[in-house]
Amino acid sequence: MSTVFGKLSFDALPFHEPILVATFVAVAIGGLAVFAAVTRYRLWGYLWREWFTSIDHKKIGIMYTVLGLVMLLRGFADAIMMRLQQAMAFNGSEGYLPAHHYDQVFTAHGVIMIFFVAMPLVTGLMNYVVPLQIGARDVAFPFLNNFSLWMTVSGALLVMTSLFVGEFARTGWLAYPPLSELQFSPDVGVDYYIWSLQIAGVGTLLSGVNLLATIIKMRAPGMTLMKMPVFTWTALCTNVLIVASFPVLTAVLALLSLDRYVGTNFFTNELGGNPMMYVNLIWIWGHPEVYILILPAFGIFSEVASTFSGKRLFGYSSMVYATVVITILSYLVWLHHFFTMGSGASVNSFFGITTMIISIPTGAKIFNWLFTMYRGRIRFELPMMWTVAFMLTFVIGGMTGVLLAVPPADFVLHNSLFLVAHFHNVIIGGVLFGLFAGINYWFPKAFGFRLDPFWGKVSFWFWVVGFWFAFAPLYVLGLMGVTRRLRYFDDPSLQIWFVIAAFGAVLIALGIGAFLVQVYVTIRRRKALADPTGDPWEGRTLEWSTSSPPPEYNFAFTPIIHDSDAWWDMKQRGYRRPTSGFKPILMPRNTGAGFILAALSTVLGFALIWHIWWLAASSVVALLVVAIHHTFNYEREFRISAEHVRTVEAAR
Amino acid sequence: MRSARSIRRVRHYALLPLFLALCACNSVVLDPAGDVARQQRDLLIHSTVLMLFIIVPVMALTVLFAWRYRHANKKARYEPDWHHSTRLELVIWAAPLLIIICLGALTWLGTHLLDPYRPLDRIAPGKPVPHETRPLEVNVIALDWKWLFIYPEYGLATVNELAVPVNRPISMRITASSVMNSLYIPHLAGQVYAMAGMETRLHGVLNEPGVSQGFSANYSGAGFSGMRFTFRGLSDAEFAQWVQNAHDGELTRERYLELAKPSENEPVRHFTRVDSTLYQAVLNRCVEPGTMCMDHMMAHETMGHGTK
Amino acid sequence: MTRMLTAAEVEAVAFHDLHEHEHAAGGSTMLGFWIYLMSDCLIFAVLFAMYGVLGASYAGGPTPKELFDLNLVAVNTSMLLLSSITYGFAMLEARRHRVAAAQVWLAITGLFGLAFLGIELFEFHHLILEGAGPQRSAFLSSFFALVGTHGLHVSVGIIWLATLMVQVGKHGVVPANYRRLNCLSLFWHFLDVVWIGVFTIVYLLSTLR
Repeated sequence: MSTVFGKLSFDALPFHEPILVATFVAVAIGGLAVFAAVTRYRLWGYLWREWFTSIDHKKIGIMYTVLGLVMLLRGFADAIMMRLQQAMAFNGSEGYLPAHHYDQVFTAHGVIMIFFVAMPLVTGLMNYVVPLQIGARDVAFPFLNNFSLWMTVSGALLVMTSLFVGEFARTGWLAYPPLSELQFSPDVGVDYYIWSLQIAGVGTLLSGVNLLATIIKMRAPGMTLMKMPVFTWTALCTNVLIVASFPVLTAVLALLSLDRYVGTNFFTNELGGNPMMYVNLIWIWGHPEVYILILPAFGIFSEVASTFSGKRLFGYSSMVYATVVITILSYLVWLHHFFTMGSGASVNSFFGITTMIISIPTGAKIFNWLFTMYRGRIRFELPMMWTVAFMLTFVIGGMTGVLLAVPPADFVLHNSLFLVAHFHNVIIGGVLFGLFAGINYWFPKAFGFRLDPFWGKVSFWFWVVGFWFAFAPLYVLGLMGVTRRLRYFDDPSLQIWFVIAAFGAVLIALGIGAFLVQVYVTIRRRKALADPTGDPWEGRTLEWSTSSPPPEYNFAFTPIIHDSDAWWDMKQRGYRRPTSGFKPILMPRNTGAGFILAALSTVLGFALIWHIWWLAASSVVALLVVAIHHTFNYEREFRISAEHVRTVEAAR
Repeated sequence: MRSARSIRRVRHYALLPLFLALCACNSVVLDPAGDVARQQRDLLIHSTVLMLFIIVPVMALTVLFAWRYRHANKKARYEPDWHHSTRLELVIWAAPLLIIICLGALTWLGTHLLDPYRPLDRIAPGKPVPHETRPLEVNVIALDWKWLFIYPEYGLATVNELAVPVNRPISMRITASSVMNSLYIPHLAGQVYAMAGMETRLHGVLNEPGVSQGFSANYSGAGFSGMRFTFRGLSDAEFAQWVQNAHDGELTRERYLELAKPSENEPVRHFTRVDSTLYQAVLNRCVEPGTMCMDHMMAHETMGHGTK
Repeated sequence: MTRMLTAAEVEAVAFHDLHEHEHAAGGSTMLGFWIYLMSDCLIFAVLFAMYGVLGASYAGGPTPKELFDLNLVAVNTSMLLLSSITYGFAMLEARRHRVAAAQVWLAITGLFGLAFLGIELFEFHHLILEGAGPQRSAFLSSFFALVGTHGLHVSVGIIWLATLMVQVGKHGVVPANYRRLNCLSLFWHFLDVVWIGVFTIVYLLSTLR
């Protein structure tokens, strides 16, 4: 322990861990290659000016998506490692991962997939699409949007750093005390967990405030709430959930950090602490969180089902009410995550029943998608393929969820591989399939050319088949009584199921590989895949009225809305795009303040993790100075000239 | 009753594929040896069947509609503006609602009857607990990373082995020494968390003799994977024999503190005697000499005395 | 199916706002700030809940009756309440574009705020010296967390106040500064409301328990 370096020393570097050394070398080589390429093509200026300092919601949305996809590779690497370990560790063998590593791997897998894959991908899509769908030029607080992005990146960076400097938490993705308290987790792992989530959490919360204000205040004239696209409705509810749940996460992680740093007794076993409070609070956040992930996916499926069936969405009002009911109910179910903690039969029944009630509006949505397809003319482009795969996969996950909501059934299945299969079923079958549908759907809007369909289909089949091979065995194993997070086993009859699951993981790996090939091939074939009209799918909502990609100002004239499915309405009524009379458009300026503040936050997080107090204090001061300095900038906007708008519009 | 039997048969046929898949392995959750676990299993199966009433038609319709209304099929009717039907909406909301009402009723009843804190009123279907029966009391302490079982009635304690007589109700009190664990014996009953400074309860009865396993169902650290124990169902005579078989000396407080230190894959041990106040001391976190028991602390506080 | 409109009808149905006026900047600021403030309120709600659950876990240590000096807390509370009143006066002057008067009231608000913080720090220091620091028991942990978080918010408010005074001094009560003053106003009064909760639940009710 030193004043200058805190707890940090050369022991923190994993020189004695061959896997980590190899990983570091690979990452370093890859990183250097990227660095070299960017320098060679003199792209630093371009990247800084056009992307990193951009407050354009479209660019920010794309950057979120890139972050999510990069972190998917890391999170999936953890998954493959786990599957391999569990397939091997039988008949006296303890596999290749000692507890010290395995326990970090499964913790990191969960944290990364939820916070740094699913959340950024969902946020990225909402960021890109919502302003376009409501006829706005940007979000309500563009600078804050940029700041939110970089805070999320900061959290991801800290998690990645834990791989090479120190270690990550070994507690499971929710870090229950007393295990996560200093006494039982004395190393920096839980601190990496706390600070990366706190920093990313600030970003997410501000993003929630931003999108909420955007949807409430910035809709085009004539777009009443009941004329909004369904994706925007689900985004509205999602952001309500974010604003109303993330503060709980912030508070509970802060209390855990007080226990670890100051020696308070919120969740300790001694001196009056109560670990059960942590479990309650973390799930009061945790349950709304999973609805934050799934609601946008539901919104995507609504848009896709309608567009690719060539039909209006069946039961629009009912979809909206269902979404709102799900939003409210998601706050009344959290205890179903710990029926086994001994709350008593009446409390358990209440929460079990509320959990079941949520399945009613969810079921209504499934039926509504079904009846959107009914008497439609369905085009099985990739987004629609993902939608049908979702409808067949998610319902099983939903069913097992309702099963688990029956407390006595949960008593035998809680924390088993059945539970693991259930939540992967709904997250992969629901959230991930939805994200892939959305990415394939809106990619041409963002870049001006579609994703290559052939490789997309390859990826699709590997994912869908791989998912079932990977997780159906886990349902079986759960019914055989096998619990989660085990590193080795003594019952040889289980091994075959783990081998099948590992095979499934390999298929999914191929699916991810195919997706990467898809992106590569798409860029090579972009002329053949081009979207010159801006409306490649016979779209129905406003984003398809812009060019692909849209100009920085989105709309030369703010549209006036008369009906839901606004763009479809415009097309039906013979609308023509104005070609003259353009006016100058006021737009927000780019700024580097968000990047700098997030960079300082990363330093602060690192300093707190390693107890480098002087660095932490300086970072706080620097953050204050930069933030206050930024508020002295009153010149935050600039005008795009009418001439420039005319030129851009004429080129369409 | 004939209808009940035929319902049960239909239920079994419906789940035949699943059973077939599982018959090659021991699916303990679907075929446990204890009455409580069997009732939990039944609830699981009934709930699944109820939900399949919705899920199977939905999946069938999905495939049907996707096929029938594909773009290439020009023969299918195309109604691009049909997007509302009150009657259909009523069905869409009512059908799941009815299923959930049934499931909710099952849940309320089942949760109360199968509450782990509730003492048993029957040993098996049709066999209520005889009046004079004293349940087998077992105090359970989850340690890092092994299980300690104390039998107050017999004054003995074991590590990593829990033996019980068949068809005698078992009443467990559970706590932990440090971090959260979960006591789970699949053949006996559902699990319940083991937490330091708290006591949870579990009631169950084993209907068949045999050897199986129990373990922790809540990750608790590096030695978690080895935190298993042997679960023996014995006849009354065998159980009496087993009680006599203790040979590892007395479990004093000192030996307990030694045992409580983190260790993995502990061998089975049978202590001949156990300090009768040990469990209460562990529960109140005052095994270490000089520490104040939690219950004393709270009694002090209610009397209005604080100490600085 | 909506029928195709005639050319004349297309002319009549407006799909674009061709005479769009430029929006004034900051139209969403107040709404955004309210939403943020309610999320902050939720953080306090969690801290209150923790105090509710752990507030009687003295762990054999000191209790509220032994620790809290209600007279000092009354002085503290009045400092904060007065600061809200003076902030209100500052807003009234700002609306009338009387910059100098507004600055004076802002300064007084800041002084009241500093007084509040000073007394609170004094109280904390005293408690820690008496062995009643946040590590002593869960009750004390939750006390320090709740009251301390409120104090941290007041500190941020004072820094914000000082910054705004400089900015108002530089630019006057331009729309941007007026918006900022409004946001700080919400923030400051919100902290007041939270303090009333703290005063009631932590100091008064605990001592009466």
